[in-house]
Amino acid sequence: MSFEPRIVGFLCNWCSYTGADLAGVSRLKSPPNIRIIRTMCSGRVDPTFILKAFDLGADGVLVGGCHPGDCHYSEGNYKTMRRMIMLKPFLRAFGIDERRVRLEWISASEGDKFARVTTEFTETVRSLGPLNWRRPKQPDEALLHATAPASTALV
Amino acid sequence: MAKPKLALYWAASCGGCEIAVLDIEVKILDVANAFDLVFWPCAMDFKYADVEAMPDKSIDVCLFNGGIRNSENAHIAKLLRQKSKVLVAFGSCAQEGGIPGLANLTTKEEIFKTVFQETPSTTNSNGALPQPRTKVPEGEIEIPIFHDQLQTLDQVVPVDYYIPGCPPQSTLVWAVIELIIQGKPLPPPGSVVGAGDKTCCDECPRTRKEKKIKKFYRPHEIIPDPNQCLLDQGIICMGPATRSGCGALCIIANVPCRGCYGCPPNVTDQGAKMLSALSSVIDTQDPAEMEQIIETIADPVGTFYRFSLAHSTLQRARV
Repeated sequence: MSFEPRIVGFLCNWCSYTGADLAGVSRLKSPPNIRIIRTMCSGRVDPTFILKAFDLGADGVLVGGCHPGDCHYSEGNYKTMRRMIMLKPFLRAFGIDERRVRLEWISASEGDKFARVTTEFTETVRSLGPLNWRRPKQPDEALLHATAPASTALV
Repeated sequence: MAKPKLALYWAASCGGCEIAVLDIEVKILDVANAFDLVFWPCAMDFKYADVEAMPDKSIDVCLFNGGIRNSENAHIAKLLRQKSKVLVAFGSCAQEGGIPGLANLTTKEEIFKTVFQETPSTTNSNGALPQPRTKVPEGEIEIPIFHDQLQTLDQVVPVDYYIPGCPPQSTLVWAVIELIIQGKPLPPPGSVVGAGDKTCCDECPRTRKEKKIKKFYRPHEIIPDPNQCLLDQGIICMGPATRSGCGALCIIANVPCRGCYGCPPNVTDQGAKMLSALSSVIDTQDPAEMEQIIETIADPVGTFYRFSLAHSTLQRARV
């Protein structure tokens, strides 16, 4: 079976989510790989959410917010911008390709941009392949639950 | 009435937790009076076979420190779980992996290469690596198998309570022991005991202002003002993402919090929370400047996850 990327999209209520809605009502074509979670602001997207998405099986995470300067809460999206920059060394350290996380500014009127971004991002993640974070234990890890030799030998 | 039975064990740890127990000073005599010490390899001579011979659930309280690094650790963890009524993950390593858990950023092969081959003082011309079984003229000898990943105690067996800290503060250790001695009702299983339910900042005596950080400093690069919040001064202090309980000991000594009390209540990933907190206080809206400021943080992963990597969301690097 061919690989279909699973992408979690955290979209802010005021811009990107409405942009996604516009893409829908405008009947723009975009891949169905993205599962959208609406947050009140992109600044609500705690890095914990992104790591948890990967842990639970996501292959990519899209974060969408208002354009800089347009945040409904004045600077939530700047916080997100800084978080995303700081998150990169963490992803590298854990062995997750940085391209699996994408931050985009999509306004409520940019349905076309939403469709373009999700299409591009789905293809990027597809080319990176499945992340499969909780993949089956490797042969070496089978030893993890092996009990030690008889205790007398260890004392 | 027979005295309750107490066991202490160290797995992958430095021994500091054992010292923390002894740090209750003369009260250790009260512990010896109140409990029957049935297993404490650090202080007294016991054999694993003695524990194996005990009936199941015959130990009343077991304080287990250290993470699970090899097959011996795992074996004893399972054995003590089987023999103990109450199993306590004692200290950072047992609770969240601690410093040894940082090795989860690399692999067993890399660790062996560094430790047994590459360090400058190592002489190992034939590249020998530890083997679980080795034949010698006298027969076959065995050593424990080194695991690929450091696990916390509760990733191997069910744990009743957690006492955080590197090491746990002796006053809090005593408070927990006293609770048991006096037979008071214990908190619900799974609780973190011997610690607070806020963050370290709550106990910090320093003055806080609105944080606006333009540059991060390492402790040796700046002489901090002893009365002002260290984070305000650009020194990475783990206080905002660390559980209270220690009484802000390091901070009072003018040293930033290192995060040893682990995740605050309702937080599952200390490193990610710290990342989130710090990102909020960086004072710029220009992406290039953001990168520049963030680059002044030395080793963010090792710093933010210093004690909790093995118990974080992702637990280990996939290399």
